[in-house]
Amino acid sequence: MESAVEVKNLCFTYPGVEDTPGVAVFNGLSLTVEEGDFVAVLGGNGSGKSTLAKHFNAILLPSGGTVWVCGLDTAKEENLIPIRRQVGMVFQNPDNQIVANVVEEDVAFGPENLGIPSGEIRQRVDSALENVGMYAYRLHAPHLLSGGQKQRVAIAGILAMAPRCVVLDEPTAMLDPKGRREVLDTVLRLNREQGITVILITHHMDEAAKAKRVVVLDHGRIAAQGTPKEVFAQVELLHSLGLAAPETVELCSALNRQGFSLPLDRLDAQSCAQAIFDAISGEEKT
Amino acid sequence: MTPLLEVDHISYTYSAGTPFAHKALDDVSFQIHAGEFIGVIGHTGSGKSTLMQHLNGLLKPDEGQILLGGQDIWSDKKFTRACRFRVGLVFQYPEYQLFEETVYADIAFGPKNMGLDENEVDRRVREAAGFVGITEQQLKASPFDLSGGQKRRAAIAGIVAMEPELLILDEPTAGLDPRGREEILDNIQAYRQAKNATIMMVTHSMNDVARLADRLLVMSGSRLVLDGTPEEIFANAQSLVDMGLDVPEVTRVFLALEKMGLKYPGVYTMEQAVRALTQRKGGGGHA
Repeated sequence: MESAVEVKNLCFTYPGVEDTPGVAVFNGLSLTVEEGDFVAVLGGNGSGKSTLAKHFNAILLPSGGTVWVCGLDTAKEENLIPIRRQVGMVFQNPDNQIVANVVEEDVAFGPENLGIPSGEIRQRVDSALENVGMYAYRLHAPHLLSGGQKQRVAIAGILAMAPRCVVLDEPTAMLDPKGRREVLDTVLRLNREQGITVILITHHMDEAAKAKRVVVLDHGRIAAQGTPKEVFAQVELLHSLGLAAPETVELCSALNRQGFSLPLDRLDAQSCAQAIFDAISGEEKT
Repeated sequence: MTPLLEVDHISYTYSAGTPFAHKALDDVSFQIHAGEFIGVIGHTGSGKSTLMQHLNGLLKPDEGQILLGGQDIWSDKKFTRACRFRVGLVFQYPEYQLFEETVYADIAFGPKNMGLDENEVDRRVREAAGFVGITEQQLKASPFDLSGGQKRRAAIAGIVAMEPELLILDEPTAGLDPRGREEILDNIQAYRQAKNATIMMVTHSMNDVARLADRLLVMSGSRLVLDGTPEEIFANAQSLVDMGLDVPEVTRVFLALEKMGLKYPGVYTMEQAVRALTQRKGGGGHA
C-alpha cells in the first residue's frame, strides 16, 4: 500500500533577496506518513514545521529530494491538481481562510472549484457540516462565529472536497481552551471514524499526546519520533530543544529528580495520579 | 490607602438599542492596588477584553465609574488622555500593530506622543528594549525582519516605554512556542521587579497564572464571578471546570489524588507539588 506522504532526502532553501544568501531549512529530511495515521509534528519556532507542511500539498516544491503525496510526485506539474484534491490544509488564523458570507457557501467553495455537480455539492456540504458539528450554523455569517467554530467551518470546507489527508498548521493557536477542544475532538473523530490521514502541527503538547505518532523537528532535522509515550519520556531532549513534555510528565520528571522513580509515560492526570499514589503507598507500606 | 484603580459597578452593552445588543459587562466591581500581579481568566465571550478596554478609557461604561488614583477617568478630557499613558494596554497579537521603519522608531512612538524630550525618549526606548531582550542591532532593523517572538517583544516594549503605572497584557503568549512563552513571561517579571509596576494579564493558560499571579479575577457570562488568590480560586477547581474553564494540569492530578484519599490542600503549581510530595515521601530526605 502506498503511503499517504513520503518524503525522501528533502532539501529546501528559501531563496535570498538580491545579494543576501537564501535560508536553508532542510538538508536531507526523510519521513513517511502511512495512510490513516495521525501524526503530530512538534518543534520550536523556526524548526521547519510550517515549511514541511507546505510541501505536503505542493505549495512549496523541494530544491532537492522528492515528496510523494498519495503516490504522486509533487515536483511534477501535472500532479498539482490531483494532489490538492487529496490533501486539504487548515491554517492558524481562521479569519484568513473564510471566503463567503454564509457558512454553507464557504464550505461549497472547494467542491465548486472541483467542478462537482450541484446536487452532489449540496450533499457533501451538508454531510461535511454535520461531521464537524456545524450543521445548525449553515446559514450563519462566518465572521460572527467563535474562533473554534470558524476553524471547524474551515475543516468542513476541506472535508467537502473528500480528501484522503488533512494537514493542520497550528489550527488551535488562536483559540481558547474550549475552541481548542472542539477542533481537536473533530480532527480525532475524522481520523478514527473515516480513516482520514491527519498531520497536525502544534505547540500544544497535550494535543500531540493524543496523536498516534509524534515527530519532533529541530533545525530541519528529525530530533525524535515515535509514539507520544516514547517521545515525551525524553524530557531532557525536549527541554534542550526549547520544548516541554506534557505537564503530567514534567511533574513525574521533577519528582524523579527528588528521588522518586516514576514512569515518564503518564500523559493524563488520572494515570499520573495513579502512579504517584502507587509510589507513595508502596513507600509507606515498606 | 487609595487603590491604584477602582472599578465601581460598571456595565457595558455593545450595539445598545439594536437587535444585536449584547451586554458584555454586567455590574463589575473590583480594586487594583499598586504592585499587584493580577491574572484575568474566563472563556471567550466572557467579557475579559471588553473589561480591559474600559481600564484605560478606550470604552466608556454605560453605568458605573472607573477611578484612577481616586479620580473618575471620564471626569475631564485631559485626564482621560493622561489615563491612556498611565494605564498601558498591550492588545492580543500586538505585533500586527508594528508599523515604523525601525524597531527603535516603533518603540519611540508612544513616548514621543507623550511630549517627552529626545533624551528622555531615547533613555526609555533603550530601557524598554533591555527589558524585552531586544539588542542594539535589532533596534536598527525593520520590525518586519524580526521573528514572531521578537516582534511580539518589540510591540510590548512600545507600551513599556511609556512607563505605565498599570501594564495590562491581553494574552501576551498566545501562539508562541514554549521557549517564546517563557521569554515573554520572564520579560514581564523583570519589568515588574525593576519598576515595581502593577501588572494585569489576561490569559487562557492556567499554568502561567498559577505560577505568576498573586490574585486572580474570573469572568463568566459578563460578570466577575470570582476574585481571590490563586490558592482560593483553584481550591474551587470543580466550579472552574463547570464554567468551561481549564484548571492547571497539576491541579487535575491533585484532584485525582484527593479522590484516591491523598489530600494536599493548596497545591496548584509544579513547585508546590514537588515540595508537598517530597516531604510526604520522607521528610525531604531524598532531595
